Amino acid sequence: MPQHDVLVIGAGLAGQRAALAAAEGGASVGIISKVHPVRSHSNAAQGGINAALNPEDSWESHAFDTVKGSDYLGDQDAIEIMCREAPDEILHLEHLGVTFHRNEQGKLGTRAFGGASAARTYYVADITGQAILHVLYEQLMKYSDQVDRYEEWFTTALVKDESGRIAGAVTRNIRDGSMELFTAKTVILATGGNGQIFNPSTNALICTGDGIAQAYRAGATLMDMEMIQYHPTTLAGIGLLITEGARGEGAHLYNAQGERFMERYAPNKMELASRDVVSRAEQTEINEGRGFPDGTVALDITVVPKQRIHEALREIVMVGRDFAGVDITREPIHIKPGNHYVMGGIKTNVDGETDVPGLYAAGECACVSVHGGNRLGANSLLDTLIFGRRSGAHAARVAKGMSMPTPTREELGRERELLDGIVKRDRTGRRVSEIKAEMGAVMDKHCAVFRDEEGLKVALETVKRLREEAKTVAIDDKGTVFNQDVLGALELQYMLDNAECIVTGAIERKESRGAQFRTDFPERNDEEWIKHINLSAGDDGTPEISYSEVTMTQWEPQERKY
Amino acid sequence: MPEYKLKLRRYDPESGQPAYWSEYDVDLDAERSVLQGILTARDDQDGSIGIRCSCRAAICGSCAVRINGKTALACNTAIGEAAEKAGDGNPIVVEPMNNMPVIKDLIVDMDAVHWKKVQRVVPWLLPDGDPPEREYVVPAESMIDITQSMACIQCGACVGACLSMEANPDFIGPAALAKAYRFVGDPRDGQERERLKDLAEDPDGLYTCTHCFACVEVCPKDVAPMNQIMRLRRRATGDFGIKDRNNGYGHEKAFVNLIEKYGTLHEAQLLPRSFGDGSLLKGQTEPGAVKELIENLPTAIRGLKSGKVSPVKALWHHKLPGQENVKRIFDEVHAKEDRLELNLYIVGEGNDEEIGAMAEIAKEDV
Ligand SMILES: Cc1cc2nc3c(=O)[nH]c(=O)nc-3n(C[C@H](O)[C@H](O)[C@H](O)COP(=O)(O)OP(=O)(O)OC[C@H]3O[C@@H](n4cnc5c(N)ncnc54)[C@H](O)[C@@H]3O)c2cc1C
Ligand code: SF4
Ligand code: SF4
Ligand code: FES
Repeated sequence: MPQHDVLVIGAGLAGQRAALAAAEGGASVGIISKVHPVRSHSNAAQGGINAALNPEDSWESHAFDTVKGSDYLGDQDAIEIMCREAPDEILHLEHLGVTFHRNEQGKLGTRAFGGASAARTYYVADITGQAILHVLYEQLMKYSDQVDRYEEWFTTALVKDESGRIAGAVTRNIRDGSMELFTAKTVILATGGNGQIFNPSTNALICTGDGIAQAYRAGATLMDMEMIQYHPTTLAGIGLLITEGARGEGAHLYNAQGERFMERYAPNKMELASRDVVSRAEQTEINEGRGFPDGTVALDITVVPKQRIHEALREIVMVGRDFAGVDITREPIHIKPGNHYVMGGIKTNVDGETDVPGLYAAGECACVSVHGGNRLGANSLLDTLIFGRRSGAHAARVAKGMSMPTPTREELGRERELLDGIVKRDRTGRRVSEIKAEMGAVMDKHCAVFRDEEGLKVALETVKRLREEAKTVAIDDKGTVFNQDVLGALELQYMLDNAECIVTGAIERKESRGAQFRTDFPERNDEEWIKHINLSAGDDGTPEISYSEVTMTQWEPQERKY
Repeated sequence: MPEYKLKLRRYDPESGQPAYWSEYDVDLDAERSVLQGILTARDDQDGSIGIRCSCRAAICGSCAVRINGKTALACNTAIGEAAEKAGDGNPIVVEPMNNMPVIKDLIVDMDAVHWKKVQRVVPWLLPDGDPPEREYVVPAESMIDITQSMACIQCGACVGACLSMEANPDFIGPAALAKAYRFVGDPRDGQERERLKDLAEDPDGLYTCTHCFACVEVCPKDVAPMNQIMRLRRRATGDFGIKDRNNGYGHEKAFVNLIEKYGTLHEAQLLPRSFGDGSLLKGQTEPGAVKELIENLPTAIRGLKSGKVSPVKALWHHKLPGQENVKRIFDEVHAKEDRLELNLYIVGEGNDEEIGAMAEIAKEDV
């Protein structure tokens, strides 16, 4: 039975950063990941990471852009912390070995990104997330004495002690199918996003909202779950992302009539307006018949000098070539808004603490909230690192003054039974893949760029029915070694929990703010709706709604114009 | 939608049975990936198929397998193309990678091989002294240069395809050595010499690579591991004068000098020249070199026996007809003042990459 001061679940940027910070704080650390850490989805982040590091820039300017981008739903105290600590974090990463792009003087160089008033995005070609993730993993290998890595282990449930404090987690070793009870003084969830609820999505197949659902089931509060970002430039069909870096480098958007339509929606910032704004503009063009027959508009990268494309956008040259058959240096590529990011998540304070004592959350699964209604490009990597570090450091401090808790043992038995039950069950119900496909389609239809009550109700009913059906899914794999089939059945249930919360939040918020655009309530309503929507699991398994204040420090809500 | 036939190599470690084949028919657009084909089969027909995958976009490095015998990422191999390559009516054959033990179906034990080798190269930055207050100021090109190694997604395709690794499982291998270059080429690292010495002196290190190009060919991210190995060698010998244990540097030098002179390999001179850093005279007169040569006599004798080196040939070696052309290539390369030092990575045009790899070889150690 493994024991650790700090147990980190998830080994993307947030998890790895938390583990390193906790180790630095003197804690014994365990880090669990259902895939090898460098396979985590953080490596998909192409564009870069924001920081006001340049002497001409200021953290206040970064913070204001973030507040405005959030459509005034972000908590300003948290945003201030993130933006103030950003420069040091970038320097720390640079010192660890991240190969950030340099300018001619050999110093860190930047690129422009959407919704930002200065070029403050630091990057490594277009493999920024990957470069940082791999460098952090180098550090994990270096500090393998302090940090035990459990690679390809899958956490199925959180465990508390008698007093209701968090005390560990039940985890399955994917390689041999054994179930273990991990004991820990503090647990940090860093399990990433939940994009796979939607189809298509830019998110990897592993982004199934596991931690969000596990925290919710353990009594933690979820916040702003309705805020789901649709990214303006994704490939139709498979949903792969074309980085915002492309527009940052100067690429244009055109409709099928050859108009640079952003002139009508955001005359100043054009293609570099906030993501929610650009996605809505595109969707409007498409809905009003000015898109291409495949339901897309065109992104023209050929206006960017070829040399620069190869230097800074190499990854999307490959994506275009391999996944769309398009040479982006020669012709425009067809794109549309696609599911990309969840702004909401497990409610935490600025040290990552959730409502459950001893339980922390950081990264995309958490909601501090710095992104509010809409996340700015290149702010998410920053979020994972800053709040990953803060959680790790805080959890290590707390663990220092504690003795090892005694987790209750029922969960281990219950989880074992649950998994055995799924494996042994005879096929009477639907396939996991069928339910997942139905969920993906209904969410993308009714809970996307434009929403209304009628559609959302359809989505809610469907999700509720699918939740029932998911209880009886049967699987084909009867083995223990790498039984991915049974894990798929668990992930499906996590996703459906997430989906129910997303739709519930979207129905509740009767206004349009950030990523939530209600065609039946098309205006932003500051009077009633500058507040967070909190959801917690009710006794009957449905979400209970409550509200909390948005923290304002120095920025009063204004109309958002780009 | 066309229908494709997939033939997967399966292995269930719990069954006590040897590996077997399963076939699946899937309907899919030709541009979709082989991975999508496998996942479709898993979704609709057989949930027990084991394959690692996540990003679907050649970013996470999970899904390297062998497709029709060639190592590749399943997610960036188009199913239509794979079917064409398989040929008329043949199924697309998908197998686990080579050089690593199979755990289940298409899943191999990366820890036991790939990651162990990565660990071997001390894969973290070792700067001298404390970091500066701001960033390290380094040439922009140096960051671009090592970003080519940084682009590695640790998929293991090169490891699975490496011929030297197949012959010698202890070889550190292409991915780990490419990773090593990421530190050696990083101006912020303070251990360049120690790293190079360590890798050069390892009998299974830098000089075990036989330039077979397999890693360059299969790498989905154009990391071109072999080129990084060449760079390591060049730095080791050129910049630090480090001699390798199995005399690879001398061997290569001899190889190149012989080609320059004769246009073909002069097998009988290769060994003596190798031990004299490429010079025949030095190889036959220096005491140390003579000792090495005697120790290697069995090789020469084997050569004689196999007919590779005939006594006549040993005494008199024909020059290749058209040797002037070979000489011209060498002259041109010698005339260049700078050796080609940095990775072309993101600087060049897309389709120059192949040429880049070739240029590397041509300029190696001449
Ligand atoms: C295509 C794409 C491009 C992006 N580009 C940018 C960008 O340019 N800039 C930017 O700032 N942001 C970008 N983002 C967003 C950003 O990449 C993510 O929000 C961020 O990386 C999330 O990091 P994370 O550490 O929270 O989670 P992840 O990196 O997703 O890691 C989650 C971890 O949790 C583990 N895990 C999950 N469930 C379990 C379980 N049940 N048991 C055990 N382990 C589990 C996983 O194995 C994984 O290690 C992009 C996102 C996408 C999809
Ligand atoms: S070139 Fe060298 S490292 Fe690459 S596959 Fe061949 S032998 Fe292995
Ligand atoms: S060098 Fe290329 S083939 Fe080898 S592990 Fe890295 S990305 Fe894969
Ligand atoms: S699924 Fe990520 S590399 Fe293929």
